[in-house]
Amino acid sequence: MKIVYTDVLIIGGGLAGLRVATGVKERGHDAVILSLVPPKRSHSAAAQGGMQASLANSKMGEGDNEDVHFGDTIRGSDWGADQEVARMFVHCAPKAIRELAAWGVPWSRVQKGDRTAIINAQKVTISEKEDAHGLITARDFGGTKKWRTCYTSDGTGHSMLYAMDNKAHQDKVEIHERMEAISLITDEGRCYGAVARNLMTGELVAYVGKATTVATGGYGRIYSVSTNAIICQGIGQAIALETGIATLGNMEAIQFHPTAIVPVGILTTEGCRGDGGLLLDKDGYRFMPDYEPDKKELASRDVVSRRMTEHIRKGKGVKSRYGDHLWLDITILGREHIEKNLREVKEICENFLGIDPAVSWIPVRPTQHYSMGGIRTKYTGESQTLKGLYSCGEAACWDMHGFNRLGGNSVSETVVAGMLVAEYISDFCDSPESSMHIHSSKIEMALKKEREKLEALLTKQNGEDAYVLRRRMEEIMMDKVGIFRNGKDLQEAVSELEELYKRSKNIEVFRSKSRAANPALVNAYRTQKMLKVALTVAYGAQLREESRGAHSREDFPARDDENWLKRTITSWPDENQTMPSVSYEQIPVSNMELPPGFRGYGADLTKHHHETKMRLATVEAVQEKLQKEGATRFEIQNALMPYLDKLPKKYRNINERLGENI
Amino acid sequence: MSEEKKPRILKIAVLRFDPNDKNDFPHMEHFEVEEADGMTLFIVLNEIREHHDNSLMFDFVCRAGICGSCSMLVNGRPTLACRTLTSKLDANITLAPLPLFKLIKDLSIYSGEWMRYLNEHLETWIHDKEKEQSFDKLEERMEPSLADEIYELDRCVECGCCVAGCGTIQMKPSFVGAVGLNKVARYHLDPRDKRSDEEYYELIGNEDGVFGCMTLLGCEDVCPKDLPLQSKIAYLRRMMIKTAIKN
Repeated sequence: MKIVYTDVLIIGGGLAGLRVATGVKERGHDAVILSLVPPKRSHSAAAQGGMQASLANSKMGEGDNEDVHFGDTIRGSDWGADQEVARMFVHCAPKAIRELAAWGVPWSRVQKGDRTAIINAQKVTISEKEDAHGLITARDFGGTKKWRTCYTSDGTGHSMLYAMDNKAHQDKVEIHERMEAISLITDEGRCYGAVARNLMTGELVAYVGKATTVATGGYGRIYSVSTNAIICQGIGQAIALETGIATLGNMEAIQFHPTAIVPVGILTTEGCRGDGGLLLDKDGYRFMPDYEPDKKELASRDVVSRRMTEHIRKGKGVKSRYGDHLWLDITILGREHIEKNLREVKEICENFLGIDPAVSWIPVRPTQHYSMGGIRTKYTGESQTLKGLYSCGEAACWDMHGFNRLGGNSVSETVVAGMLVAEYISDFCDSPESSMHIHSSKIEMALKKEREKLEALLTKQNGEDAYVLRRRMEEIMMDKVGIFRNGKDLQEAVSELEELYKRSKNIEVFRSKSRAANPALVNAYRTQKMLKVALTVAYGAQLREESRGAHSREDFPARDDENWLKRTITSWPDENQTMPSVSYEQIPVSNMELPPGFRGYGADLTKHHHETKMRLATVEAVQEKLQKEGATRFEIQNALMPYLDKLPKKYRNINERLGENI
Repeated sequence: MSEEKKPRILKIAVLRFDPNDKNDFPHMEHFEVEEADGMTLFIVLNEIREHHDNSLMFDFVCRAGICGSCSMLVNGRPTLACRTLTSKLDANITLAPLPLFKLIKDLSIYSGEWMRYLNEHLETWIHDKEKEQSFDKLEERMEPSLADEIYELDRCVECGCCVAGCGTIQMKPSFVGAVGLNKVARYHLDPRDKRSDEEYYELIGNEDGVFGCMTLLGCEDVCPKDLPLQSKIAYLRRMMIKTAIKN
């Protein structure tokens, strides 16, 4: 029996996991990262367009600060986000990006003087300030009031991930590649690590630690077409669910990105539209201004995806053998701009479509992209219900995105949450309550249980084909739990998924019987886990009878704050149950800094919460009074919703900006 | 309007071997797949695994040409399989794992271990012992054109194609390869890294470093990211010679 002991076990070697590792190392704790792939190959690398941080260096970012970033994030979330968490996030994003700059990310910089940009299909001259020269610049992204998305060309995630992984090398973080966590070890309500399977040799290893962090990203691959890397299968969420103790939050909150290429579903960054690209229909007509005259192509992601789908349903899509699509036109940006700032997009177009995007339009349609839901945590990143289990990044429901994430806020979340959660974990590891009381027989039992499950898959006779079940699940999710949802489809989806889940207990690995490197065995156990995750998504969507952010019900088009201003919490307390258990967590209006309002897209159908009016009056009164007294924006904010005391002390300082706080 | 053409039948030959299986030995296996519009080797290999042989091992992660996982020999040439369109190839396609790296099984190689060793050996991170920085303050400035230049070299995805295409490494496995030299060039260019020319000389001013290169430049031919490997190796050489003469 092989057991590895450490202080902090981190499952997942993307940006969030690596940042947690370097953070706990700095505080003097040992860390081991388990990663399916070499960390530099993690899906974080695929983030193209950028990272939001309110630096306000560039001309079009002038006047930006934490308050504006906060407002955009909350409106973007359709008031589903935890406002204290969002505050913590916007406050730390400038620190995280500056830290990454020091660690080597070659952020694109402000060039003083005049430059030409395309805004609303017009050539515009922007004059950058002399004193901003050489500071980190930013581009426009959807759903934001200011240009706030910092970038390195369109390889932002790649550069961030490489800097972060190199930092982990420097800090001598132990990284175990091709090690897959297949179950969490728990004892008396506490998480003590994970059982992992070596994907090269098949060896099972128990990793035992004081704290375990799941940073495995999203679960996009339960859908048949997704922009996600093929390893984003929700296994982190599934093993949390399988503890029976940890809970998942808002699993039904799934984002569709407006511009993935057809048919393969590879992303072209929002930066295409941020930099001035347009969406056109089969007639070459720019349709977005008709639907969203104000923000047009740069409305929030969920909104653009719905408008595109509506437009296709009106028969305005371009017919193709892979279904209807629309066009993304970046030719107006010019070759020079594309080859400098959108070069990954250019490579993707050349290699996968055989077109030159400086000359031809790109075929695009909305495609599954991001999981707002995940392992439900406190603001510290710790599971609300399972002590010692932490989660951050896309894997978690922390919850700063609510029901729709803004572009540029995801890589930003990975490094900010990683930075903060590392401190809370370190505090826990420093405290006496972190000492371990697990008997080695419990660890042996956990290993034995996993070994038996794997043996059963390999030795079963006349069983089910995992590929058949998985492909059907992917189709159901795509067809019935997609951009627009309705009660009938969701009901069908849930019943069929439950049937598939029952059948998955009888999966047999055909022919390929190796105990070592064996892709068929991997697919078998992952399919069982993915079906559980798919059920939490579909069932959560079926029960939520309202439309909020990316969750859009045709039969319940209004956002219903009175009944649904709450998070969906799913768990799987009994391993014999075939459906997840669901409960709800209220999102209190009474302490919101930004009380629920209208997001500003389409018609306002909102059914308001009975407390909203009162809270709004209170907020306005406090603001008015303090403004009269000459209070600073920080004092006003603090009077409305204090949060600084929740942050680790070292991250509480005010951020400098050009012309502010210097 | 052109007539609907009957799709081609692709004949895929794969070099297979499972080092974990004592009875196995390296051998070619053949599969037939009907070609589809826009088909890539990512689609081909998954189709083989799903419908012909579920034990076939290969690595894909992003399947978008970004992560560098899927490098293999396609008709003998190192490249990223995910973004290789079958329409650009003959109907007879031979696939083999990238040489020089540890083989996991079939087309799957352990390049991560090799790259991690390389990064640790060359210390590919910012060396700045000087000061405790405050991240509350404005970031250090950098010339915009310099940031762009650094990004240009930072685009390497560690796919290993240049290693497989390198004549020197075939004979001298301790050579750091174009991937290593490019990384050194990247950090040398970066003013945030405070290593001196002498320190860089210690690192690569030898046979395993920049003087080991035989200038065959297979690396540049096969680099999927079109990195300027040739000019960077030449630049490092000039710099190392200067440093050697100075001392």
